[in-house]
Amino acid sequence: MHELTTVDVVLPFSVLLLPLAGFVVLAFFGDWIKRDKEEHGACWLACATVIAAFGLAAFTSVRLYALVGGREGLHFSQPYLGFDWIEAGGFRVPISLLIDPLSAVMMLVVSGVGSLIHVYSIGYMAHDEDKVRFFSYLNLFTFFMLLLVMSGSLPLLFIGWEGVGLCSYLLIGFWYKKDSASAAGLKAFVVNRIGDAGLILGMIYIFHAFGSLNLVDIADNAGSLAPEALGQWGSVTIACLLLFVGAIGKSAQIPLHVWLPDAMEGPTPVSALIHAATMVTAGVYLVARLGPLFHQSETALLVVAVVGAVTALMAGTIAIVQTDIKRVLAYSTVSQLGFMFLAAGMGAFGVAVFHLYTHAFFKALLFLGSGSVIHAMSGEQDMRKMGGLRRKIPWTYWTFLVGTLAIAGIWPLAGFFSKDEILLSALHHPVLFGIALFTALLTAAYMARLLFLTFFGEFRGGHEAEHQLHESPWSMLGPLVALAAGSIGAGFLKIPHVVQPVFRLPEPHAAHVAWLPVVATLTGVAGILIAWYLYLEVPELRAWLARPLRPALRVFDAKYFFDHVYDGFVRHAVVGGSDRLLWKRVDQGAIDGAVNRAASLTRALAETLRPVQTGFVRHYALLMLAGAVAVVSYLLASAARP
Amino acid sequence: MEHPAFVQHAVLLSLVLFGLGTLGVFLRRNVITVLMCVELMLNGVNLAFVAFNRAAPGGTLDGQVLVFFVMVVAAAEAAVGLAIVIALHRHKDTLDVDAFSVMKG
Repeated sequence: MHELTTVDVVLPFSVLLLPLAGFVVLAFFGDWIKRDKEEHGACWLACATVIAAFGLAAFTSVRLYALVGGREGLHFSQPYLGFDWIEAGGFRVPISLLIDPLSAVMMLVVSGVGSLIHVYSIGYMAHDEDKVRFFSYLNLFTFFMLLLVMSGSLPLLFIGWEGVGLCSYLLIGFWYKKDSASAAGLKAFVVNRIGDAGLILGMIYIFHAFGSLNLVDIADNAGSLAPEALGQWGSVTIACLLLFVGAIGKSAQIPLHVWLPDAMEGPTPVSALIHAATMVTAGVYLVARLGPLFHQSETALLVVAVVGAVTALMAGTIAIVQTDIKRVLAYSTVSQLGFMFLAAGMGAFGVAVFHLYTHAFFKALLFLGSGSVIHAMSGEQDMRKMGGLRRKIPWTYWTFLVGTLAIAGIWPLAGFFSKDEILLSALHHPVLFGIALFTALLTAAYMARLLFLTFFGEFRGGHEAEHQLHESPWSMLGPLVALAAGSIGAGFLKIPHVVQPVFRLPEPHAAHVAWLPVVATLTGVAGILIAWYLYLEVPELRAWLARPLRPALRVFDAKYFFDHVYDGFVRHAVVGGSDRLLWKRVDQGAIDGAVNRAASLTRALAETLRPVQTGFVRHYALLMLAGAVAVVSYLLASAARP
Repeated sequence: MEHPAFVQHAVLLSLVLFGLGTLGVFLRRNVITVLMCVELMLNGVNLAFVAFNRAAPGGTLDGQVLVFFVMVVAAAEAAVGLAIVIALHRHKDTLDVDAFSVMKG
């Protein structure tokens, strides 16, 4: 074990606590800062804490590499408090952080993309009256997200998990005066609760199997589990599936994906930070973090892969027919998260983290770019009213183009490398590989459609709106450019190799398949060309194609009826069932009925017995005498019988 | 030790006294008469106590002592009872036992 200096121990905690400090200051002294009329103080304070956290995180990562060469994890127990958070019998949860290559990557992504989005928010939220509240939520979110990725034990991770869920709820419903925004926030919160229940049950199972919730203990001991814990329905499989339910909820996988598209009601920087780059990837992080455990259960891995592939395909097809620019991106996010789970399910946890990392760049870029478009359009989000924005907002256009090419998987942008690795990992499974390749085609097609509808052709929003078009301020364009640079260069960093030691698994030496990168790139190009023909070259082709495809398109448009089914289920089964059965029958009938029946029974009995009380003293006396005679006769009789 | 016949006669007398008292309590309607009959019952019991004490071996005085207790309680009961009788009379201008039957179920 390497000797840790005080700096090494303090650093990770300061990374964590800086955004929290920002939140505390903004939340408690926000009114005081508000005296500054423009409220720039609040904005810059929030940005400064996150940027500083990023700097410290980078420094921590460098120290980590210097200390252990990136091969092992460093485990920091809280040294100052000197007590465990929870200690009950054999159940010990210390307040500890785990800094290893995986959490270092996540830490850098969260704080790095987070700082860019904070800066962007200064421009985007410039006209909002409630900036202080917005930035305090953003800071709180950053704190919880860092806690999630840096915690050394599952319960502490769970605190971060719940915290980001809370911030997600608060920020989706940030414009709480809009009914749809409040409803979307509630929906996200409620759907996430289902997943959280799975996560808690999974933790209980893990504690049952390992006697510890420490992440390092779990990773170290997963390989030496008793055979009865393994197998198709062994406790490891059940634990993994329960944890995966949590991941499904947080990462918006089928069937719990319904909250993410609605979450687009929140401000666009929130969509970029929480619902694209960081929070929704927490599920992927959880699966990767417990990779050694998932690796023990083939059933669980297969479930992960299938759910990921199906989600990727379904969300990709839905994205094709959406008209709201942010909803296309939302379904795209769901689809890309499906890709990550597909890779994780194939056992390639490093590849999943790789795609998580590149996706954070280009999806944040695309969301921020769409925010810039919405800003230029003065709040309009319908792509049918856009078009030809290429010349009006060139900076946004060029960065958006980079993001589109990156997500489409065009060489040499970031998306190419990670998607290529995912396809490679799925190669031995023909069905899943086919789904992945087709979804890659869809991805390129819907993103190109978005690009062409928004930036090419003629402007369709009317004269007045055209007059209002304006490029965004520099605080918004700067982050766009930085993220575009990331989308270009991020793929060259070999993340799978970096994080591999964390999984305690041998590095997969899959034979390099020479034709795969070519096929992957051609798929992307083909998708873009299809969109080009359908939306720019021969738009008549669309109507001609739409006729035979109408049933399919209707299903896509209805989002595979998930919302209908849930709505029907909630309305009929839950609300109706509660009303008719639980309320009217069980509560009013059985429970209230039992109480009322007991009361009326007592009353009826009393009615029959009350004539005994005649009020005549001599009757009472007679009864007393009769009683006395009875007692005395009994005593005499028993005395006479020896 | 007295002659057994004496005890027998005394107990018989006490039984008669107790029976007369009981009959009085149930048959008379005047509250004061009922109270007097209760006294009669108590004294019947007292007589039995004394008689049995005489018959008991070992020369104890338990029976006699108990009689004193009964007398004390009877005196207290008579005081409270007569007070109640006065209150009842003030309330309803009658001493008929059956007139006081409002506390019925």
